[in-house]
Amino acid sequence: MELHLLLSFMVLAAIVAVEVEDLLSSVIAVGAVGLGLSMAFLILKAPDLAITQLVVEILCLIILIRATIKKDLLLIKDGRWFFNTTSTVLFIAIFLAFAYFALKELPNFGAPIMRVAKEYIERGLEKTGATNIVASIILDFRGYDTLGEATILFTAVMGVLAVMRKVGRIK
Amino acid sequence: MKNKEVGMTLIVKTITRLTVGLILLYGIYIVLHGHLSPGGGFAGGVIIALSFIHLMLAFGKEVALRKLSESWASIFESLGAIMFLSIAVLGFIGGYFFLNFFIQKGKPFELFSAGIIPLCNIAISLKVGAGLFAIFAVLILFNKSGDK
Repeated sequence: MELHLLLSFMVLAAIVAVEVEDLLSSVIAVGAVGLGLSMAFLILKAPDLAITQLVVEILCLIILIRATIKKDLLLIKDGRWFFNTTSTVLFIAIFLAFAYFALKELPNFGAPIMRVAKEYIERGLEKTGATNIVASIILDFRGYDTLGEATILFTAVMGVLAVMRKVGRIK
Repeated sequence: MKNKEVGMTLIVKTITRLTVGLILLYGIYIVLHGHLSPGGGFAGGVIIALSFIHLMLAFGKEVALRKLSESWASIFESLGAIMFLSIAVLGFIGGYFFLNFFIQKGKPFELFSAGIIPLCNIAISLKVGAGLFAIFAVLILFNKSGDK
């Protein structure tokens, strides 16, 4: 019940973020979507994800407001709104139709299907000694994935530092 | 502060002076207890970066860059990456990549337990915190230099 309230709140905030004229209000509405997502993670009993989502959302909001909002963007308004709306609604309908057939095949919510995941849940504590099972999975059993994620972040930071450096910039 | 024009108003500066240390401590707590309670290296690193960003928003960029300059942030980020990768490679002592190579795992619910997981958390937090702070600082500096 709370989850559906939160989901409808997030949908409303997303619609506001798209439709509102002011850029600052739009960014704040995006922040409301992120806050709703964080609370949804809390309701689904995933506090690790909730903490991460909350702090990353705050950081993204600060970066969006402080570092990019000075340049005012032009609102694009052309006369093709009928074609745009029709194609959007058509694609949403196609997506929902495929999702209806795909979601019927999924197991029930919370039911584990993989034997590997069951092994992690049952013997994670004695194999790694970590009481937070999320940490034991992402840093021990699936450490290779975390290495890939860290590489992505490293590449992103190096890219930003290389593009926006001052040394060697020709005025 | 000597130059009152830089940064935000006096109220914001006073509150920031009280809270920024607590935010940094909370980030360190989340990192160090990542294997015991919810949190972990990524979230803790972002909180550490947010404390420096908080300082930069309230006091202007000079104060924050004196605490942690842009090049030092880059060095810390690379250090975290090297540390994480070397922990992974050290697993070859026992045979395979990312082996939890401590023989004694320690008792559960203790701070020094779980083998390599706290070390990995510290490495990831260094990487994420310094990296995100470097991105923010570079964006701010780029904006300021672009105005002229």
